[in-house]
Amino acid sequence: MSDAKTVSSTPWWKYPLWLLLGLGFGAVLTKAQVISVVRVRRMFAFQEPHMFLVIGAAVVTGVIAMLIVRALRKTKTDVSGHPMEFKSRPFQPGIWIGGLIFGVGWYLTAACPGPIYALIGAGIWDAVVILAGALAGAWLFGWLKPKLPR
Amino acid sequence: VDTAITDPLPWYIAGPLLGLFVPAMLLLTGKEPGVSGSFRHVCALLPRAKALDYFKYDVWKDGLWQILFVVGILLGGTLVQFGLGGSGVPLFLPENLTAAGLALLFVGGVLVGFGTRYADGCTSGHTISGISNLSVPSMVASACFIIGGSAASLVHRFVFGGLVP
Repeated sequence: MSDAKTVSSTPWWKYPLWLLLGLGFGAVLTKAQVISVVRVRRMFAFQEPHMFLVIGAAVVTGVIAMLIVRALRKTKTDVSGHPMEFKSRPFQPGIWIGGLIFGVGWYLTAACPGPIYALIGAGIWDAVVILAGALAGAWLFGWLKPKLPR
Repeated sequence: VDTAITDPLPWYIAGPLLGLFVPAMLLLTGKEPGVSGSFRHVCALLPRAKALDYFKYDVWKDGLWQILFVVGILLGGTLVQFGLGGSGVPLFLPENLTAAGLALLFVGGVLVGFGTRYADGCTSGHTISGISNLSVPSMVASACFIIGGSAASLVHRFVFGGLVP
C-alpha cells in the first residue's frame, strides 16, 4: 500500500485542493479584516487587540490541534500516505535580523505576504506594487545570501 | 480614513479557523500553510534566476503547491470583496496613490520579501505553522515581527507625526 512507487508522485486531487484551501485561507483573512491597513496600524500602535486576538487564537488552536494530530496519527503521514512535511527552521541570524526587517516592512505596507495576495484579489491595485517589491526583496536575498551571516 | 468601518469577523471565529488550516493542510496534503516561499518560486521562474544558487531548484516540482495556495488566497480576497459582502473596512490609504506613497509601498515590499526570506518564513509559515508545531525559532521570529512593526509605528508616529487610521 505504501511502497515507494505509489507514494512518489503527488495525487492529482491535491492540486485543486491547495487552490481551494488557499481560497478559504484568503477569505478568512479578508473577512477578519487582517488585510486592512486600519487593523494593522492599530495593532502596531497597540490601540486595539483584534489582530493580536486573531493571531493568538490561531496559534492556540494550531498548537492544540497539532498535539491531537501527533497523538492520534503516529505514522506522521497525510491521507495519501505521503509524510507530513514539518518544515525545519533552525536558529540562524536571519531569524531575528530578517524577522525585524520583515516587521518594519509589514508596518510600512500594512500587509504580510498572505494579505498581499488577498489585497490584489480584492481589487486593491496598490498591492501589486508591494508584491513587486517583495519579489525584488526575495531576489536581493538570493543574490546576497552567500554573504549574509547564516 | 472616512469610509465606514464595520466590525470584522470576530477573532474567536477567525483565529481558530486560521489555526485549523495547519492540521487540515498537513493531514490532507502533507504541507504546512506558508506564503512567503512563493516569492522565491516566482523569482526562480524569472530569466537568469538560475545564476544564483538560491533559485536552483525545480519550481514545478517543489513549489507548485505553494503557487496554487497563494493564487487561492488571491481568489479568496476576490470572493469576499465582490461576492460575500466585502471586508467591511477600508483596505488601503488614499495617500498610497501618490508617487511618494507608491515608492514607500515598494520599499516596504522589498523589506517584506527580503526579511521573510532571510527569516525563512512569515506570519503564516513561522507564526501560525511554526508555533503550532512548537518551533522555538518560529516563536523568536514572530516576536521580532511584532518588535520591528511596533518600532516602525513609534518612529512613524512620534518622529514623523504619522496618524493611526
